[in-house]
Amino acid sequence: MKCSVCGAPAQVEVRRRNRAFCAEHYREWFVRETRRNIKRHRMIRPQDRLLAAVSGGKDSLVLWSVLSQLGYEAVGLHIQLGIGDYSRRALETTRVFAAAHGLELIVVDVRESFGLTIPELARATGRAACSGCGLSKRYLMNRVAEDEGFNVVATGHNLDDEAATLLGNVSHWQLDALVRQGPMLAERPGLARRIKPLYTFTEREVAAYAFLAGISYQHEECLHAEGAKSLLYKELLNRLETRMPGTKQVFLDQYLKKVQPALRDHSGEAEVELRRCERCGSVTTGAVCAHCKLWDRAYARAKKRHLLPPEAGFDPQPKLHFLTRAEP
Amino acid sequence: MKVVLRTPQKETRQLEGPLTVAEMLKELGIDPEGVIVARGSDLLTPDARLDDADEVEVIQAISGGAK
Repeated sequence: MKCSVCGAPAQVEVRRRNRAFCAEHYREWFVRETRRNIKRHRMIRPQDRLLAAVSGGKDSLVLWSVLSQLGYEAVGLHIQLGIGDYSRRALETTRVFAAAHGLELIVVDVRESFGLTIPELARATGRAACSGCGLSKRYLMNRVAEDEGFNVVATGHNLDDEAATLLGNVSHWQLDALVRQGPMLAERPGLARRIKPLYTFTEREVAAYAFLAGISYQHEECLHAEGAKSLLYKELLNRLETRMPGTKQVFLDQYLKKVQPALRDHSGEAEVELRRCERCGSVTTGAVCAHCKLWDRAYARAKKRHLLPPEAGFDPQPKLHFLTRAEP
Repeated sequence: MKVVLRTPQKETRQLEGPLTVAEMLKELGIDPEGVIVARGSDLLTPDARLDDADEVEVIQAISGGAK
């Protein structure tokens, strides 16, 4: 197979586009496509302050690297979840990457901030770890953005993530989630704009970019992800993609283009009114936000089980560590 | 040929060549859409030919859980 640009031996095939690339032209194509995604949706505008959520996995490190190449100054936010050695290695990978590329990094440790690790939170609440983890991450991304003056949060969601979410939402007809899903969630007072510049690349394409760009990332999977529904959806979609290249892209693109506008028109709901959480001051729809409710419940149950001292109280203010460019 | 699987646990297999990358993945029962295949510092397309003397890595691309 030859590179569609220069005719040299190809290293990556992009079947859904009927193209193949050598290493150099693949990296160029990937960066160009990311820029196109950003421009198409006006994801980033002059004067924006950008926070990139970085876990240490391939998607977030590739995103951070490409944003930097495109000239955007994105400060990284790494959330320490407290999932044993997996989390320690994730932080180490992220710190090494930030230091090597001269990027600023903010680290928030969930246990240091709120008193329990994510696995302890799961045990205390009786909810699946991924549920509390996702909620805590979304809360912290927005909270840190607001406290530190960032109006845009970029995440490394790729085409497989988005198509799998869409399949999950369609198979359960989650209309609220379907209306909201997309490569960009608009900024509102107290809510940072959420952008997904890699949403058109498959996971294989992101992994290929990481490999060819020499980005060292954490390959290890979170132990709580085993058996996750998202993995099942991804496997099913990949089986379709192998037989019918382009399926994932068409599924997501056509949903966003043809179905979502109609859903929005017919949802009959005005934009939900937002207010400030009585506990933490973050933007929410009810009196107390879902994050504070979850942690208050976790504290009550953890104290009953003597996992926390009786006098312990949940403080929703996260504790931030700033790793400057000079700090390795 | 020596095939090092990182899917994501590390595991080594021996296969007889010559084979294309697509044939190798089929023999291993791996969906090509979920992995990248590397020989040294190069990635390989599905039509690339592999001989007995080759050593390749199959690296898992998909990941799950809350993002």
